This record gives sequence, C-alpha cells and structure tokens, in this order.
Amino acid sequence: MIRLEDIEKRFPGQARPAVDGIELEVPAGETCVLIGPSGCGKTTTLRMVNRLIEPSAGRILVEGEDIAGADPVRLRRRIGYVIQGVGLFPHLTVGDNVATVPRLLAWPASRVAARVDEMLSLVGLEPGEFRDRRPGSLSGGQRQRVGVARALAADPPVMLMDEPFGAVDPVVRARLQRDVAEILRRLGKTVLMVTHDIDEAVRMGDRVAIMRDGRIVQCDRPERLLAAPAEPFVADFVGADRGLKRLALIPVGEAASPRSAPAGSPTVDGGASLQAALAAMLAAGAEAAAVAGPDGSAIGSVTLAAIRERARTPPAAQSPAKTGCSLATKAR
Amino acid sequence: MPDVIGWIWSHTALVGRTAQEHAILSAVALLLVLATSLPLGFGLARTGRPATLVVAAANTLRTVPSLALLVIMLPILGTGFLPSVVALTLYGLPAVLLNTIVGLREVDADVVEAARGQGLSEAQILRDVTIPLALPVILAGIRTAAVQIVSAATLAVFIGGGGLGELISSGLALMDMAQLTAGALLVALFAIATELTLGTLQRSFARRFGAPA
Repeated sequence: MIRLEDIEKRFPGQARPAVDGIELEVPAGETCVLIGPSGCGKTTTLRMVNRLIEPSAGRILVEGEDIAGADPVRLRRRIGYVIQGVGLFPHLTVGDNVATVPRLLAWPASRVAARVDEMLSLVGLEPGEFRDRRPGSLSGGQRQRVGVARALAADPPVMLMDEPFGAVDPVVRARLQRDVAEILRRLGKTVLMVTHDIDEAVRMGDRVAIMRDGRIVQCDRPERLLAAPAEPFVADFVGADRGLKRLALIPVGEAASPRSAPAGSPTVDGGASLQAALAAMLAAGAEAAAVAGPDGSAIGSVTLAAIRERARTPPAAQSPAKTGCSLATKAR
Repeated sequence: MPDVIGWIWSHTALVGRTAQEHAILSAVALLLVLATSLPLGFGLARTGRPATLVVAAANTLRTVPSLALLVIMLPILGTGFLPSVVALTLYGLPAVLLNTIVGLREVDADVVEAARGQGLSEAQILRDVTIPLALPVILAGIRTAAVQIVSAATLAVFIGGGGLGELISSGLALMDMAQLTAGALLVALFAIATELTLGTLQRSFARRFGAPA
C-alpha cells in the first residue's frame, strides 16, 4: 500500500509548488499510473515515495509506515525502482546487476545466484544465455527487462516505475507492457508508475491519475476516465479517440448475444476486445461478427448496434474511497 | 655514430646517479600531482561554477611550456630539487585534474540515479559505480601526466635539479657527442617505458570494466 497525504513540494526559487496538495492511495496489489504533460509534477511525486526528493509538507505511508522516519537507503531497498534510462551498471554482468539489492541485503551467495536465475526467467531472458553478458551487448527491450528483474530481485512489495518503457520502440514496448503488467499482477505488487503515454496508462493501470500543475485533476479506473472525463483538460489529454480507446478495455463478451452471426461475418476470439471486433467488422464491411469460443467454434455474435449501445453505457461511478484517490485538495 | 654503449659502460656511476635523480624527481612530482589533483577533482566534479573555473585555469596552465615553468621557479624558490619538483608538479597537474573532473562527470546520470534508487549508500555509489566507471579516463590522465613529467624532468638541469638532462647539457657544453646521445637515448627510453607501463595498466582496467580501451 502506498498512501500520499496532502503532499506538497516547493523547490527553492520557484513561485508555484511543483506538487500542490496531492492525496492518493494505491491499494495493495494495484497499479496506479500518474500521467500528465511535462512539468505537471508526476515524476517529482514518484521520487518522493523513495525519498529521492523530500516533500515540503504532507505525509507518505508505504506499507503503513510513515517514510519520514525511515532511513532512506534502507527504505529504497524495500522499494523496486525502474527508470526510463534503465541505468544498468555497464561495468557489471547482467547477473551482477540483478543481484544488486539481494547483495546489499547480504543474502547468502547461493540464494542470490538462484534468485538471479529465477528473475531472469521471470522477465523472459534465458539465464544461461544472459547471466554473464554485459548490458552493452543487449537490445533496448532486453535491457529494460533486466531493469525490471533487478527491481524485483529482493521481492519488494512496492514498485516505482518512471516511464519504464519510454526508451524502446513501439512494437517492443507493447510486448513489454503486456509482459510486465502480467508479472506485476501475478506477484501482487503495489505499483506507482509515471508515464506521458495515455495508451500505456490505460493498458497498465488499475487506476489512472491525470495531473496538471502539481495537482490530480481526475483519478479513476481507465474505463471511467475515457467514458467520463471530469473536465475539458482531461478529455483533451485522453484524446479525441477516447471512445475507441475505451472499446479496447471492454471484452467482446459484454456486448455479445448467443444469436449466430449472418453468413459472411468475420470471426473474433471470445477473449478479444470490442475494439478488435469493431476493427474486424469495418475491415470486412460487415454489420456483425461471430464470437468464437476457446475451441474455435462460434458461440454467439456481436453487432455494430450492440457495440454502440455498450459504448453509450457509462461505467458505474465509484466512491472516492473505492477508487483509491480523492480529488479533495486542501481549502485555499 | 658515436660509441654510446661504450660511453655508458665507462660512466656507469654517472649514468646511475643521474638516472636515479631523474626517477626520484619524476616520481615525487607524480605523487604530488596525484595527492593534489585527485582530491581536488573528486571535490570539484559535482560543483558547477567552481569546477568550470578550475577547468579553465588548468587549461591555461597546460599551455605554459615546461621550460618556462621551470625557469619561473628560479626567482621564487631558487635552484635545486624543490623548485624542480614544484615546477614538474604544476606541469603534470592539469592532465590528471581535467581527466578526473571529466571522467567523474561523464558517468551516466541514469546509472547513478538507478544506484541510489536501488538503495546504495553514497559511499557505495562512489566505490562501486562512480569510481570504476570513471577510472579509465582518470588513468588516461595519470598516464599523460607521467609521460609529461618524465620528459620535462630532462629540463630540471637548468635550475640545478639534476637528472638525465645533465648528460645532455654537459654533452652539449663539451661537444661530447657520445654523452649527448646517451642522455637523449636514456630519456627517450625512460619516457617510452613509462608510457608502456601505464598504458598496459590502463587497458587492463578498461577490459576489466567492460569499457572500450
């Protein structure tokens, strides 16, 4: 659990605070994405959680403990940290990089070695092939995977990720996002992540907090953010295609009916999104698409009208307590 | 071609004494360079304006010819070992100082940020990350300074500092070609040996830390 209580950060010589009264709670096991234009204070907010920056006012709790009283160096060993530039140690092997925090925690060598191999396998890098290589010989995507493995090595309950996929090309990035999101979910990590890419935020976040001028302007589940932007800035930021983006978050099952599709309709997998179904219909010039079950046989269909109807239905509103973040800013 | 080998063979005592003086003069100057510019470089590397000023000063100092530096010591410190060592130290200092500052500054900021974020203490960051990564550049500076000092120590004879320059200067005065050539040859060998030794050391470090040599 990460909890930010009325956090403010003023840098000397700046008229306005960089972070201005942020309230945010990331419940255990969830991923919260901070997003906003450059200079909105998202990275400053993130870096206050592992005390790379000290807040000017407010309180931060990590796993229930007020971090102001913790030793910063020890605190950071309990928090995984992944940054855009990855920052692998170029003079050490991949294995030694991953072993960083376990060694700082003085794990016995045999446990460190086993953990390194386990982590490399987890992020999809064959330990025998990669363990003894230098970061310089890896591709950007592989380097980022090693960065994630290094951050996870000591099994920290909490992860901070600062634009973790910013430095890799779009194709590799989509794959990395999927793999890393899956790993974080499986391990039940509590994650606070920063990005400027709305697609990444929607894909990775259980909640997305949109920031502007040091404040959170809206914090919601991705689907709600896309369906009901709280103000023009948010609508603008999530993009004119927010209707389409939202369809990508809804499984086809939510608009499908057991009726069979007319002949000539395309077929989509039952696990696909409404966006994929719509794309298939547009490509085939059809009004409907058959939905296939796990064994490939048609189990129902989805129509253009059903998709339109589903897109019109706003997702249920949640109370601030349930969304984990409130828009309450202090009275000014 | 004068009989250089024969001359050295019949003057082993003189050659031994001047070579020893040369070695001591160079070694003391190099040690003083390291003792001053390494701490100064580490202290200044992360500062903004002070580092810029020192880099500018060091660059200016670097343009002063070695002979001028030595001769300038005459009115201040007189003649002998001390003024020679001071002059040679000033001569070798810029290379080590500049490379220390540049080497430390060029360490990838992301790497240091990641190290701090993983929970390395400041001392561990310095020992395990910054120094290993800056070392090849710092060693290159030490190598340059050492070769400069060994070469310039030849001129110490002009302010009574002794060294192998003595053979050259008396060879010139006596028009003794054998002695003159012996002096020049020995100085050249000394400089080349210094370069090779430190070059090997530097490359072995570079290999160990995976940076291109």
